[in-house]
Amino acid sequence: VTVQEVYASVEVGFQLPRRTFQVCRKDLIRYGGAARDYNPIHWDERTATAYGLPGPVAQGMLTMGLAIGCLVDWAGDPGAVVDVGGRFPRLVPVPSDDKGAELTVEATVVEKLRPPLVRLNVSVLLDGKKVLVMPRTILALR
Amino acid sequence: VALNPSCVGKLYPPSEPYEVSREKIKEFALALRDGHAAYLDPEAARALGYPDVVAPPSFPMVVTLDAEYEAVLDPELGAHGHDRFVHREQRFAYERPMHAGDVITVNVRLAAIEALPRGDVVSYESRVTGQGGEHICTGRSVFVIYGAQS
Repeated sequence: VTVQEVYASVEVGFQLPRRTFQVCRKDLIRYGGAARDYNPIHWDERTATAYGLPGPVAQGMLTMGLAIGCLVDWAGDPGAVVDVGGRFPRLVPVPSDDKGAELTVEATVVEKLRPPLVRLNVSVLLDGKKVLVMPRTILALR
Repeated sequence: VALNPSCVGKLYPPSEPYEVSREKIKEFALALRDGHAAYLDPEAARALGYPDVVAPPSFPMVVTLDAEYEAVLDPELGAHGHDRFVHREQRFAYERPMHAGDVITVNVRLAAIEALPRGDVVSYESRVTGQGGEHICTGRSVFVIYGAQS
């Protein structure tokens, strides 16, 4: 299958398989260590509540990283992600229990640009509300 | 204390060079529960045309966040003592994927300041280059600094 064939076979409106991720406190600690993000708002109850939050919140880039992982899975190659990013309209509080927060990733192909580029609209939701919007994510299909 | 608008356009000194390693890529990818072979297995990465394992697309944040935090602490900006930040936006535009063996440097530029009723919004543009000075990617970060206005 050539690059042209993969690009040609993708249709505007195609929705990638929806995926959900359980994010617990332990995942915040692990991501924070890996990303060298030691901001206490992601692990310290006292700091988070002093900011008026119910408790520690997930790193925005943990949410974005999970979403990007879905795109890489679909495209098959991390190098396919040429322009990615967006806005975090809400914080993601992560309760101290075994369930944590459940994030849902949705992605739709919204435009075919010059081959082999396609634009996707990607959102991550928590309890049905958007916590990350990435309306202009460009993948190079190959 | 409003942030100093004359800082817009300011370029900060280059970050210390950071060597991207296979182990750090693995640690980062697994923290995102992403076991793609191109992150973990050099042979699989080579089969995709890369010289070594590649980093997940959000990996540059490992280095750009520190560089941008340094810039936030710039006394001229006036955010000192207002360390309540919220990350509002983030974007990465790539020239090529980052891979193990890259020695990267970040050059941060303060792109914009915007005053909001409850805080100030600062935007940074972080240009990431490799050891030969080649452009790898550019990060664009937007932070809200609360309490920066009284």
